[in-house]
Amino acid sequence: MSKITLAINLCNIQLGNPVILASGILGVTKALLKRVSENGAGAVTIKSISKEPREGHKNPTVITFEAGMLNAVGYSNSGVEKALEEFTNLQDVGVPVIASVIGTQKEDFVYVVERLSHTKFSAIEIPLSCPHTPGFGLLAGQGTPQATFGITSEVRKVTKLPLFIKLSPNIPEICTVAKAAEDAGADAITAVNSMGPGMIINIEARRPVLDFKVGGVTGDALRPIAIRCVYDLYKTVKIPIIGVGGISTGRHAIEMMMAGASAIGIGTGVYYRGIDIFKKIREEMVSWMQENGFDDINKIIGAAND
Amino acid sequence: MIEQPIMTRIIDIQEESPKVKTLFFEYKIHCKPGQFIMVWLPLLDEKPFTLAYIQKNLLGISVLKKGTFTNALHNLKTGDMIGIRGPYGNGFHVQHPINSCVIGGGIGMASLATVAERLPGVTIIQGTRTATEIIYQKRFHKMKLCTEDGTLGFKGTTVDLLKEELKKQHFQKIYTCGPEIMLYKIVKVCEMHGIECEVSLERYIKCGFGICGQCDCSGQRICIDGPVFCIKKLQTMEDFGKTTLLKTGERVAINNKIH
Repeated sequence: MSKITLAINLCNIQLGNPVILASGILGVTKALLKRVSENGAGAVTIKSISKEPREGHKNPTVITFEAGMLNAVGYSNSGVEKALEEFTNLQDVGVPVIASVIGTQKEDFVYVVERLSHTKFSAIEIPLSCPHTPGFGLLAGQGTPQATFGITSEVRKVTKLPLFIKLSPNIPEICTVAKAAEDAGADAITAVNSMGPGMIINIEARRPVLDFKVGGVTGDALRPIAIRCVYDLYKTVKIPIIGVGGISTGRHAIEMMMAGASAIGIGTGVYYRGIDIFKKIREEMVSWMQENGFDDINKIIGAAND
Repeated sequence: MIEQPIMTRIIDIQEESPKVKTLFFEYKIHCKPGQFIMVWLPLLDEKPFTLAYIQKNLLGISVLKKGTFTNALHNLKTGDMIGIRGPYGNGFHVQHPINSCVIGGGIGMASLATVAERLPGVTIIQGTRTATEIIYQKRFHKMKLCTEDGTLGFKGTTVDLLKEELKKQHFQKIYTCGPEIMLYKIVKVCEMHGIECEVSLERYIKCGFGICGQCDCSGQRICIDGPVFCIKKLQTMEDFGKTTLLKTGERVAINNKIH
């Protein structure tokens, strides 16, 4: 067991293992990030923050179905000033902490990222791909190659921290958008955000269940789409890819890394397998590597692409 | 389990006080005292409610009229439908036969009623600001009541009344739910007297099944790790009695919480 290494270097951030808590899950407080770290994550991502506080959509905001989850939380967050009060002394978390930053326009991203420039965050993720919050992501046209280039290059000017651009699986030209992000100075691509939006209707009530009516689809239903996106992106960009979408087992994680991901994100999986999913996935990855004669996780990255 | 509301009809409505009504409905899933459900009114909102009555295939929630959502619940009639998902949370560990006490502050009493029903002879303390807020008077005949304004029973808080009671008898276990400041004080009393204690905490709940992180209290998710915590766990939770999160996730001092 001791000979097998899961350690990776992601944009010069040293991670003990490649399993990262994805944004939007549990990352509301520092205490929860710490708990996730204690449960085996290699890094953690906070819930996205905007310039101003947001209450988000009304409930129900998160529901599940046979093959995953549907959510329209609406980016509830306390705003950057209060978030800075919450996320202090990040070294206490025990693993690298990634900030997630949202905005309705270029200037907002720049403002928030600048406010974060003197903190202990290890990287900044910019989701330009949310399918369920008016003014943000896909609903604000941020997922086009032009907008992605514009936002990424403006943010690039105000931070030296590694910059991850999170993309939508919806768009046919995901590789073009990723290339735009790379050309604008992104250090990594996070692929993918939730897909959709989708809808679930309660037939007795004759109404959509989510208060926002539509929401992003994650979980098992998303995984094959996410794997394909990462597989395609691996051929297109030179920067690392963080593979996210429907991963809940060690085998899924290996699959995603073989598609080309240097690290993987866990979101909905916390629902399927509990808060210690990070530990479980890590152990399952090690077992699989042992059984299949791999000693270093880095040798698996992109293995399905040859 | 799929986390989606199931529609059920209200089959009975009971008035508990001028501002509290209990809605009864069918729900054929096993539920434990202290657990909660999410109640959905299509096109309006969805909020958590503790199970105030757990009977065979029948559940009841006691709703305090407070805002838009609870007002809408108060306006429902028998035969109307509500969406239910859950039950969520870990509930109370009801132990007997030991000498125990149930302490409910305000609508917090709703969460403890099912505990009290399972403990014959238990001491029940219920406290409110004023006499008209007391609930379940017909349900529990021997409650020790207190009101802050002295309009009914002992004049003072549940904490004061508990201290009085402890002069007369020793409790091995206390179950409590109510405003967090009250809970904090009760835990302090329990620590001093070496009494085992279980506390049901309240936070703003979004998903209900442990994924969104909105209901955090010191790294514990109220919806899935709680809402009931034992005294030992509470001692490790720095936020208990001190801070809570608003809908936005902003951290505020408990006494500054905006209702």
